[in-house]
Amino acid sequence: MDASSVTQPQTALPMRSGGRAKFIVGAVLIFAAIVYLIVSSTSAGAQYFLTVEELEARAGEMQGREVRVSGVVLGDTIEYDSQNLTIRFSVANIPGDHKEIERLGGMATVLKQAAQDSSLARMRVVYEGVKPDLLKNEAQAIMTGKLGEDGVFYAEELLLKCPTKYEEAVPEQAGK
Amino acid sequence: MLANFGFGALLLAFVISLYGIGAAIFGARKNSLAWVESARAAMLLTFPLITLTALALVTLLVRGDYQVQYVYNVTSSTMPLYLKITALWGGQAGSLLFWSWLLAAFASAVMLRRWDRDREFQPWVIAVSLVTLAFFLGMSVFLENPFERFWQTAGGQQVVALFQPAGALAVSPPDGRGLNPLLRHPGMIIHPPMLYLGFVSFVIPFAFGIAALITGRSDDRWIRVTRRWTLVAWLFLSLGLILGSRWAYDVLGWGGYWAWDPVEIAALNPWISGTAFLHSVMIQEKKGMFKRWNMILIILTFLLVILGTFLTRSGVLTSVHAFAQSAIGPLFFTFIALSAAISLGLLLWRWNEFRDEGQMTSLLSREALFLVNNLLFMGLLAVCFWGMIYPLISELFTGQKVTVGPPFYERATGPLWVALLALMGIAPLSAWGHSTAKTLGKALWLPALASLAAVGAVFASGVRSPWALAGFGLVALVVTVTLYDYIRGVRARMRSTGESPFVALWRLVGRYRRRYGGYIVHLGVVMMALGVIGIEMFQTETQGTLQRGESLRLGRYEVTFRSLAIFDTEDGRNVARAVMAVSRDGQPVGELYPRRDFYFDSGQPMTIPGLRSTMEDDVYILLVDWEPISTENATFKIYVNPLVNWLWLGGMVFIVGMMVAAWPSKEPELDERRAARRAAVKVAAVGD
Repeated sequence: MDASSVTQPQTALPMRSGGRAKFIVGAVLIFAAIVYLIVSSTSAGAQYFLTVEELEARAGEMQGREVRVSGVVLGDTIEYDSQNLTIRFSVANIPGDHKEIERLGGMATVLKQAAQDSSLARMRVVYEGVKPDLLKNEAQAIMTGKLGEDGVFYAEELLLKCPTKYEEAVPEQAGK
Repeated sequence: MLANFGFGALLLAFVISLYGIGAAIFGARKNSLAWVESARAAMLLTFPLITLTALALVTLLVRGDYQVQYVYNVTSSTMPLYLKITALWGGQAGSLLFWSWLLAAFASAVMLRRWDRDREFQPWVIAVSLVTLAFFLGMSVFLENPFERFWQTAGGQQVVALFQPAGALAVSPPDGRGLNPLLRHPGMIIHPPMLYLGFVSFVIPFAFGIAALITGRSDDRWIRVTRRWTLVAWLFLSLGLILGSRWAYDVLGWGGYWAWDPVEIAALNPWISGTAFLHSVMIQEKKGMFKRWNMILIILTFLLVILGTFLTRSGVLTSVHAFAQSAIGPLFFTFIALSAAISLGLLLWRWNEFRDEGQMTSLLSREALFLVNNLLFMGLLAVCFWGMIYPLISELFTGQKVTVGPPFYERATGPLWVALLALMGIAPLSAWGHSTAKTLGKALWLPALASLAAVGAVFASGVRSPWALAGFGLVALVVTVTLYDYIRGVRARMRSTGESPFVALWRLVGRYRRRYGGYIVHLGVVMMALGVIGIEMFQTETQGTLQRGESLRLGRYEVTFRSLAIFDTEDGRNVARAVMAVSRDGQPVGELYPRRDFYFDSGQPMTIPGLRSTMEDDVYILLVDWEPISTENATFKIYVNPLVNWLWLGGMVFIVGMMVAAWPSKEPELDERRAARRAAVKVAAVGD
């Protein structure tokens, strides 16, 4: 049609200068849709990542919100009701900052010490489901769920990592 | 001794690749064929050297030389031979070596091709491959050395070092720690190498792309030369991802196949950008458009491959809290940042040379729909990337670590997958260049009617979820459109050549392999979509504790607990295995044996489901717990996963389609002729 479009638009994608508007509108619409999807899903799917201590301190504010908590499993406290598939156990606080963990001698050491240190913040956890194979003393538990009004953490998802196998990037065998 | 030998070969390969980089660049600058030849020889030499290194490590693994730390970490004496060999990629140090070995193999294979028409690319392809190789080899030499051994110093301290410290004695633990039981699965043996093959193959098109940028050769030669590499890379990457899902379904014991785990996403990212690349190069070949965009995509894919390699094996992502556990992290990020800066810098430098030859005119033309496809894939990538970095960003700006879980990914990517399915149904019907709603509607109304009929049938069967209905409808649309395209092609051929339908089909696919192979891939994808819809939207589950003889009911299934046996095996496991009778609508359909293996050496249990698979649904039984002595009662969790088998079947169809598309063509000159014709047309157009 118009032969004057010798100069090309300086974009990575080729578009005809004459009919560019419709392409730009189309691309902007798709782009906006993607941004909307990301933004709306972020607020819907966001989970706060807290340590046991932080959750304790901000209990009021966090109650009923989806949060992720990481702590060390205390082996003696594990109670498993296999009839109703309910697991109860306690976790103790471990630092959330990896630099702090490095400073304290690495994750394996931190887990070991935290499991023995009764001065640390502790929290009761209830998880409904199959008992994961890795749930044992000194395992790191990463729990997703909500803090109840009774101060018990109701986990919907439970990821576990074993201190002895810490170096290996092993997918956790975990309940969903 | 063997360890020293292996390290020597590794070091030599590293030095030679450094030399090769220098020789290639110098040769290219001085236009000296002798230097380029020398660089090529260096490139070819790295392969046998790294092969020797890998063989040394494999020998140590098989011999069970536990003085070597890596051997100690990933093997134990009870492991069967095949697992000892494959432990080569069971840990980080070995994986890096394995990566280097694959890259050396592929880059050497490229060196052996005929270069007469692409002489100017050669030194730069060598340089880019060798820079990448040298980076990985350097990592092995300096930071992640698989040959480091245990020593006891004179002071009684135990240390890990490559060479014997003065006065120290060798320490050999009696047995290794063994590979994690979860990884002792046939799927785990081929899953990582497949992913790595895919990752590494993408380096080749990247190297050619960079060579094209440096030499300023702006035609589509670099894409044509590497077309098969791209397809092969994509094939292996896809295969790796599918195998990984299957392994998760069989072994991880949560009835799922994909968990939006950060490591999974790290492997998915290059797949997404690679898929976009695969589609958009077709426009460049056909229309001479999207040149810069293709360059951006291959650069992006390369960067994501390097990032993926780092994230999948280094373990940094298993917890968002452990983001810098490994010493190799900063180096990887430096390498990625430098590669990005240099590649994009080159692209900006050549921006004008890589100007598009054609223009897009119609919103519904094939090339415009390809563009939509690309935007959607970039959307997927943006979602995945955002999910990955969101914890870091939120911490940076609010001081509060906030992560996003699977709900985020499902919500954000769901509509994009649906849009891609829709596009798969529409795009094959649109014409290149100019296509209007009218012409497209004409081609589309019949398949659309068929898909509406399918939606009606599904609705009649009681499904009410709008997402599921839309999903089934789109699946039907893609299937009809694809078959329609096949039939149209076969008919046209039969008419013009008088061949029988089968001969016509065979020759048609043989002639246009990429197109018809691609359509087979599309069919595979919709079959997989069917499986995903089935398990995501219609999975049901129940659980309970049963006495012997008692049953659990789930949908049309009834599962009866018959007996439970607990026994030790010779390879160091204690196994609890239940016998379950399964009946469907009251008809017995067989027995299932869910079990729990406990590995003595690692102290870790592993749950293996009992699985009955049909095209309609899967019964998936997990043995959860049991009465240890009497074995009188046990607890089970049961899932019914409708249609999930289509996921695996679709995966196979997908792979077959890829192979059709990537199969070497007997008529390589066909492309050339077509390219020549296009050039002639362009000249004619300019002359107007």
